[in-house]
Amino acid sequence: MDFATIEKNASALRPRPNLTNYRATRRVFSYEAVRRELGWQPGGDFNIAFLALERQIDRGLGDKLALRWLGRDGSQRDFTYAALDAEANRFANLLRGLGVGRGERVFALAHRTPALYAAALGTLKAGAVFCPLFSQFGPEPIRARMEIGDAALLLTSETLYRRKVEPWRRELPGLRHVLLTDAEADASTGAGATIALAPALAAQPDAFACADTGPEDMALLHFTSGTTGKPKGVIHVHDAATHHYATGRFALDLHADDVFWCTADPGWVTGTSYGILAPLLHGVTMIVDEAEFEAERWYGILQDQKVTVWYTAPTAIRMLMRLGAEVAAGYDLSALRFPASVGEPLNPEAVVWGKEVLGTPFHDNWWQTETGGIMIANFAALPVRPGSMGLPLPGIEAGIVERGEDGSVTEIAEPDRPGELALRPGWPSMMRGYLHEEARYEKAFAGGWYLTGDLARRDADGYYWFVGRADDMIKTSGHLIGPFEVESALMEHPAVSEAAVIGLPDPVAGEVVKAFVALKPGFAAGDALAKELLGHARKRLGAAVAPREIAFRSDLPKTRSGKILRRLLKARELGLEAGDTSTLESDEKR
Amino acid sequence: MSLTEQQIRTAVLEELGNVAPDAELDGLDPSEDLRDALDIDSMDHLNLMIALHKRLGIEIPERDYPKLLTVDAAVAYLLARAG
Repeated sequence: MDFATIEKNASALRPRPNLTNYRATRRVFSYEAVRRELGWQPGGDFNIAFLALERQIDRGLGDKLALRWLGRDGSQRDFTYAALDAEANRFANLLRGLGVGRGERVFALAHRTPALYAAALGTLKAGAVFCPLFSQFGPEPIRARMEIGDAALLLTSETLYRRKVEPWRRELPGLRHVLLTDAEADASTGAGATIALAPALAAQPDAFACADTGPEDMALLHFTSGTTGKPKGVIHVHDAATHHYATGRFALDLHADDVFWCTADPGWVTGTSYGILAPLLHGVTMIVDEAEFEAERWYGILQDQKVTVWYTAPTAIRMLMRLGAEVAAGYDLSALRFPASVGEPLNPEAVVWGKEVLGTPFHDNWWQTETGGIMIANFAALPVRPGSMGLPLPGIEAGIVERGEDGSVTEIAEPDRPGELALRPGWPSMMRGYLHEEARYEKAFAGGWYLTGDLARRDADGYYWFVGRADDMIKTSGHLIGPFEVESALMEHPAVSEAAVIGLPDPVAGEVVKAFVALKPGFAAGDALAKELLGHARKRLGAAVAPREIAFRSDLPKTRSGKILRRLLKARELGLEAGDTSTLESDEKR
Repeated sequence: MSLTEQQIRTAVLEELGNVAPDAELDGLDPSEDLRDALDIDSMDHLNLMIALHKRLGIEIPERDYPKLLTVDAAVAYLLARAG
């Protein structure tokens, strides 16, 4: 079914959208001008947290509400820009006192409490590097990321620490300090010591001279999974703030009086770039909800906090849709001006549902951990094509390319012909490297393009449409999962000889992770073993990464070089044409 | 056939064990939020609701899902609707 373009009457929109004339804005846009607007002078310091906090205080916003935190139990805590800055300063002083130096990695594995936000900002002010992890990860993904990232300090909670970190902590000698957000007192000494955060912070002064970082100094390290091999630590620098700010303006249409709610957890890049930094760089009020998704709680927050700009994810939107429009009708959502979505392509039905139920369509946009910020978006004042990811941001040049067998890259000019989505590198929040993995980083570029790994097409009017992944990566509930990490965990089970992991379409999660497993001799396939393997994977990987379904095969399809053909398994599972199977050495057997 | 509280409790725990086989149900506090106690996420909870509906034949409107976030609460809710 085709969905009609949703037209906008830009001149009737209030406040006036920040981007009304797309072509003209693209023509005149420059990151230099954005940096100047942020007060940067060539050769001068540039620090994201300084720009997010002290610059706002200097602009007279010290008493303005920066962060409203909603506790799961119904409590609420408010932080003005001055108060949030003071909290960040305490954390920065604490880091300095503990000897955590410039460029060292501060990891966070924490629930969405105010301490996490203050720690992120304090880390940046101290000139250290903030590395957030998703608290629903299991011990193995956590450990792999902390090893790769050379974690010097970990901020976490008592329970998360005991369950997921303590058993292997001593095997990471570089991890010097563990801060516990909810502990009342420090515990033990030596290699297993933990520090209670609150008393430690209380002893710190609330003033701190921000580190004199430059725009190219490392600021953030986010992890993303690979199809093969270990997770990749994606390096971002302080200059990323320039793009966060520019996209906050154009893609999210932030205005000074907005109440902004990004529902993403800071453990994912969206929850940091747009769940912490972009709103503060704009001096708006941001909402943070400690609780997990709950439809009516969310409607309640949109209503009671008078959220004007809302950045959320397809899985949540589809869960709201399942609940029905009647439930939404019970809430006053009239304050909501601009709802946006990211994480995986938003299906056109959901875009249109927004228009019918909220009075405004959802605005899908596209970017990835490596790009550090929004690249392609549906804009407030421009027509929305349901199902499309939109148009490239000012400052961003996108293209559809194909790779030749000799490794060359050519752009596809013809409209609607699918190819790989590519971007011209050079925007400020572009990754500066995969930590310790120069070769993998270089492989991401060819012919002057950054190759995204996503397949897309561009229509005759320049709108981009997602087609699929160029590799075997899985998108589930907005999270990118690498099959290799899941397969490796399954292979650790004594019964498993081979494993292949694919994503299957799911009406709510986008895709769900399914594993195909071949057993070693002496093990019998069955419900009991399937359950045991699911439990095994969940214990190591956490619910967000582990498979939800296991199928047994006596053999898996492989090429002569021994590579398991995940694509073939997926095609068969979906009842699709399997394509050329002449390179198969062995085939799947049930 | 009307269901007893014990039958419902058994069903909740068994289905929970199917959705999250890693969960240590022995030490589970029946009044604790399952998402904290067992590290289950919203997809797991959705799957649990679907499994309970299928097994017990009791309608659980999506709107009511948040009313089944602890074992005790789920048992009470299902018992009241088991008729």
